[in-house]
Amino acid sequence: MARMTMIEAVRSAMDVSMERDDNVVVFGEDVGYFGGVFRCTQGLQAKYGKTRCFDTPISESGIVGTAIGMAAYGLKPCVEIQFADYMYPAYDQITQEAARIRYRSNGDFTCPIVLRMPTGGGIFGGQTHSQSPEALFTHVCGLKVVVPSNPYDAKGLLIASIEDPDPVMFLEPKRLYNGPFDGHHDRPVIPWSKHDLGEVPEGHYTIPIGKAEVRRRGSAVTVVAYGTMVHVALAAAEETGIDAEVIDLRSLLPLDLDTIVKSVEKTGRCVVVHEATLTSGFGGEVAALVQEHCFYHLEAPVVRVAGWDTPYPHAQEWDYFPGPARVGRALVEVMEA
Amino acid sequence: MSDLDRLSLHVPEPAVRPGGEPDFSNVKIPKAGSVPRPEVDVAPEEIRDLAYSIIRVLNRDGEAVGPWAGLLSDDELLAGLRHMMTLRAFDARMLMAQRQGKTSFYMQHLGEEAVSCAFRKALNKGDMNFPTYRQAGLLIADGYPMVEMMNQIFSNESDPLRGRQLPIMYSSKEHGFFTISGNLATQYVQAVGWAMASAIKRDTKIAAAWIGDGSTAESDFHSALVFASTYKAPVILNIVNNQWAISTFQGIARGGSGTFAARGLGFGIPALRVDGNDYLAVYAVAKWAAERARRNLGPTLIEYVTYRVGAHSTSDDPSAYRPKTESEAWPLGDPVLRLKKHLILRGAWSEERHAQAEAEILDEVIQAQKQAEGHGTLHAGGKPSVRDIFEGVYAEMPPHIRRQRQKAGY
Ligand SMILES: Cc1ncc(C[n+]2csc(CCOP(=O)(O)OP(=O)(O)O)c2C)c(N)n1
Ligand SMILES: [Mg+2]
Repeated sequence: MARMTMIEAVRSAMDVSMERDDNVVVFGEDVGYFGGVFRCTQGLQAKYGKTRCFDTPISESGIVGTAIGMAAYGLKPCVEIQFADYMYPAYDQITQEAARIRYRSNGDFTCPIVLRMPTGGGIFGGQTHSQSPEALFTHVCGLKVVVPSNPYDAKGLLIASIEDPDPVMFLEPKRLYNGPFDGHHDRPVIPWSKHDLGEVPEGHYTIPIGKAEVRRRGSAVTVVAYGTMVHVALAAAEETGIDAEVIDLRSLLPLDLDTIVKSVEKTGRCVVVHEATLTSGFGGEVAALVQEHCFYHLEAPVVRVAGWDTPYPHAQEWDYFPGPARVGRALVEVMEA
Repeated sequence: MSDLDRLSLHVPEPAVRPGGEPDFSNVKIPKAGSVPRPEVDVAPEEIRDLAYSIIRVLNRDGEAVGPWAGLLSDDELLAGLRHMMTLRAFDARMLMAQRQGKTSFYMQHLGEEAVSCAFRKALNKGDMNFPTYRQAGLLIADGYPMVEMMNQIFSNESDPLRGRQLPIMYSSKEHGFFTISGNLATQYVQAVGWAMASAIKRDTKIAAAWIGDGSTAESDFHSALVFASTYKAPVILNIVNNQWAISTFQGIARGGSGTFAARGLGFGIPALRVDGNDYLAVYAVAKWAAERARRNLGPTLIEYVTYRVGAHSTSDDPSAYRPKTESEAWPLGDPVLRLKKHLILRGAWSEERHAQAEAEILDEVIQAQKQAEGHGTLHAGGKPSVRDIFEGVYAEMPPHIRRQRQKAGY
């Protein structure tokens, strides 16, 4: 075991995968010599050579398009999109191509690629370094969507994603890279080295895609979260004193419905939280499923806490980000309903 | 097949990395004044050479020579020098402000001041630029108030963009400066559309598109070229080749095409390369392209050969990927010093006046900064309202956003 930040954990996942399988290649903007703007691929080019880890032209459609071609040949590309906000030029390749190659060729061709991308806000990055586009992927049939909330999961899930036979969108909450951010931006960040989930095995292990994890047992209300919002939800539970059960989805698609349903059947209440904008966000999907599967157990309407339905602002970041106070208010609201 | 070697993947590499001796021997620099100046209605196929050469006016001794020289008066050049010096001083102060926590982020122009400052002077009022984040000289040279730029950088209560945009992502229709996007290359093709609109309406205005070397790899760049070529749009297609795209050297985006300017050739677009650190050359070439566009002769592609002396942004440390002394080895020199030398040689300037101007400019920048800071900085003093998050998503606020605004307590 070693102490790792989420950056180191992600890097270790690629390292382990490249070591085990020659077909794993890593590329993207600035990922080669420099090792990526967040340094997630640092050292991989030196170790595996520049035909297995290299810089690309600034063309996200090119990055994803060539990854698809390489996968068709038999490689396993794990590519980096510098920020999730820059995946849009590749959206055609992702949604119309990667997602459907298996289906339209009836398995003659497949597309085992991983698209890693830093996601979410909290770094004063303004509207083009803060977005959370996961629902734009979960709405597309044929993609898997993974969002880890800590180094241990990040490594196990990334190795599982690289080994997965289908395309995986791997969203890395950038605000969690160095520590478990709970939304209290005015307090110093606790480093991962001081957190249990910063304890990461050095070798190979996987975490199955599609399995949620209960981060806090509770009986009053179920909070469904993923990524940064897991930590925000945990803080909100502590601060309100409401005995919330906090579920970390880890994978949005496939979704671990059993874990959600079991919990809501127990608590009778549910709050769904995400950073992404509210309307047509993934929270709407979770709320609908809870309604379909737990209707007779519900004691209160399902409540969603999400980013406002506006572009992500710069100066008003902390009025936009759904922090522990807003999640806490939702917990109170759902308890009083 | 047996006589063929197995395939291998070609991955371009820069000539040197940190620890090595900077080496620009592969950058072929023609003598100043040696590149001919064709008529603006020349057929593109007759000037293919210009895509592989470098148009230069100022020589080593500071003289303006050759067919592209002689366009600007002393006063115009003195104003140009002042704009570049102002931009440089502005950058230095704002970098410091960022380090002091007064804003979150900054991007500077160091070494590239001539490109945007000289270009602006080749346009008319009413023309429209679609800039990237590294052309603030377009605003400075057009007299846009520095205080407004700083208000935007500080995201303060007087920020014209209400705190919504990342610092330096300015917008000013009045000054022919289209709102900057953080998503690279998207605006290149929009400039072509703006120019097409001007032609549709039988107007006289032209557009200018801006992109960095690295971003030419995006599909939108290629879409822009095909539309500009097909409709002969009155647009100037600018590529600022400052050798680097964050940590990625220009060879990754350029590939096998020799130069970025050469990208225009396959589209039948006249393509010129120019010394981007030579104020006179930048102006002369921009003027040539503007005249073509205004005479309805269609688009021109210009590659400005320059060098990004500073870090990509305040989030970047270039010593991790290029030799620290690389900028000193850059063969095209410093645009401010080159113009200064030329003006002294012309008898229009002196060391004393330069030093005095430097002090005056610094004072102007500091005064503007004081004024801007009076309206607040990112984490202190006056700020835009939380209401501003919700305004302006649509012309008229839909009910669901109004509900959210109320929920936020505003
Ligand atoms: C679509 C998109 N992809 C990636 C980025 C991240 N990014 C910002 S600037 C930059 C480098 C651009 O280099 P270049 O075009 O050469 O311009 P320069 O910064 O040198 O002026 C990158 C990759 C982005 N902003 N947008
Ligand atoms: Mg560049």
